[in-house]
Amino acid sequence: MEKTILKLDDTPYETLIPKKFINRKKYTPQNNNLIFAFIPGTIRNIYVKIGEKVKKGDKLLVLEAMKMKNIINSPINGVIKSINVKENQSVAKNDLLIEIQ
Amino acid sequence: MNIISRLFDYFAKKSKIIDENAQIAKQKQAKMGKLTARERIEAILDKGSFHEYDLFVEHKVEDFGMDKKFLPGDGVITGTGMIHGHPVCIFAQDFTVAGGSLGLAHARKITKIMDHAIKLGVPLIGINDSGGARIQEGVNSLAGYGEIFYRNTLASGVIPQISVILGPCAGGAVYSPALTDFVFVVDKISKMFITGPEVIKTVLGEEISMEDLGGAKVHSEITGNAHFFAESEYECFEMIKKLVSYIPWYNGKKAEKFPPKPPKNELKIVDIIPKEPTQPYDVRDIIKSIADDSDFFEVQEHWAANIVIGFSRFDGETVGIIGNQPMVLAGVLDVDSSDKAARFIRFCDSFNIPLLTLVDLPGYLPGIDQEHAGVIRHGAKVLYAYSEATVPKITVILRKAYGGGYIAMCSKHLGADFVFALPFAEIAVMGPEGAANIIFKKEISEAENPEEMRKQKVEEYIQKFANPYKAASAGYIDAVIAPDEVRDYVLHSLFIAKNKVEVRPSKKHGIPPF
Repeated sequence: MEKTILKLDDTPYETLIPKKFINRKKYTPQNNNLIFAFIPGTIRNIYVKIGEKVKKGDKLLVLEAMKMKNIINSPINGVIKSINVKENQSVAKNDLLIEIQ
Repeated sequence: MNIISRLFDYFAKKSKIIDENAQIAKQKQAKMGKLTARERIEAILDKGSFHEYDLFVEHKVEDFGMDKKFLPGDGVITGTGMIHGHPVCIFAQDFTVAGGSLGLAHARKITKIMDHAIKLGVPLIGINDSGGARIQEGVNSLAGYGEIFYRNTLASGVIPQISVILGPCAGGAVYSPALTDFVFVVDKISKMFITGPEVIKTVLGEEISMEDLGGAKVHSEITGNAHFFAESEYECFEMIKKLVSYIPWYNGKKAEKFPPKPPKNELKIVDIIPKEPTQPYDVRDIIKSIADDSDFFEVQEHWAANIVIGFSRFDGETVGIIGNQPMVLAGVLDVDSSDKAARFIRFCDSFNIPLLTLVDLPGYLPGIDQEHAGVIRHGAKVLYAYSEATVPKITVILRKAYGGGYIAMCSKHLGADFVFALPFAEIAVMGPEGAANIIFKKEISEAENPEEMRKQKVEEYIQKFANPYKAASAGYIDAVIAPDEVRDYVLHSLFIAKNKVEVRPSKKHGIPPF
């Protein structure tokens, strides 16, 4: 544990900070334009092409993982800007799959 | 067969199960740095007090060549015994018999001893050292787990349940310990996880060692699944014995009374608490300065260290202590510390152990991660547990008691029987700096010298509000007491509250914010 100052309600407290607090996940705002792999797996089908218009809820691709063909739908209305994967390609968790504009 | 030969036959049968593989078992376990199941039971229980049952239980499985397999005791030893004269029911899985795998007969031995423990009102100690389900037994093995979980739940709040993880405890097997009251782990020996490193690697492509995934340190420091961490099995057994001395046999009894002893610690509260409210100290020093024999048996020492929980004795009787720890994260309440405190409070309430709360906290921890981790619902557990508890509840406000933290830490409003405050206590809606910045925002910003004005207003706020007298004038504090009177007031109020009876609305059960 590290000895530091923790500021609460404008008051600085001298205290130890546990590792778990230091290593806590930093917040990043969700970006609906970027489609990431939520689980590692294999891309089975890609239903869209670059430049294609998609509506919220449209099928984008199938990511097979945990013995399940997971359909990934578009979270927004937009145009496909880039597709970073090919069919039958395996992907790691948090890989960027598709970018929508 | 005559009587003598039947007697010899009996000894031979018994020896076949107990002695035949004893040497091999010892070597096998020693290779992994572990003791055998029998050595463990003997080391935990008083000498010669172990009485074994179901020694001759055998499995009835015929599939996969199991009919030709003799598994001594079906891989688990069960019985009753004593710890410092306290009766206990105990079971120990034997890793040297089919990897301690859990089949139906194995599970039935465990559920039988659990039924005994519940019916007879004695604590249950379970030693887990098992590779998991016995695959050859299929769904019967799952049935076995389910029947254990069901009894863990029935026994919850009726008898104290202690789990000791002395080997692997993986998959469904982890849920029995998780349902029990106290989990002991030993460094480098205990391994607990739902899915192991192999599966995680195949499914997720993430690589991690067993130790880093679910070793003793992980569960003691990160997950909070374990309550006691020991360096060795023998140290672990001493801790189990010590814990048993603090808790009653069952919920209809009180913990054993020990001869009263004065604190041996020479430290005085007035010397421990720094004059500056922003300076840290170790709340355990306060506990040691007031408890019998300066003894404090800490629970979950390494997890959520911003709150301290554990057992001490006052006038020889067990008291559960909850104290904010200013030394770590300024003693704030957060997701983990709320979970930790709430569960401990509910254990003490179930088993007639009075609660002593030592308050010094600036409030709840701000943060996006905290809010998103559900600090609302986790923090609510503390309110629920304190409000629900009907054992004597004594609160001592040592220094800061601000905002939601003041309410949560067993305030009068949550049903505390006695609330005491030291003269330097600061009971207020928030810290003086923050409060002054809000209340006097206009005065400060419009002042010729804002910094000077701010200081002046903070001082004004401290004078007016950051003291125990506002709360005392409202009757929220029963007494403002001097630092060297704390032990006396705690002893006296525990004595006065001894026969406390509190009737609550009848219900099937409450719905705590799990």
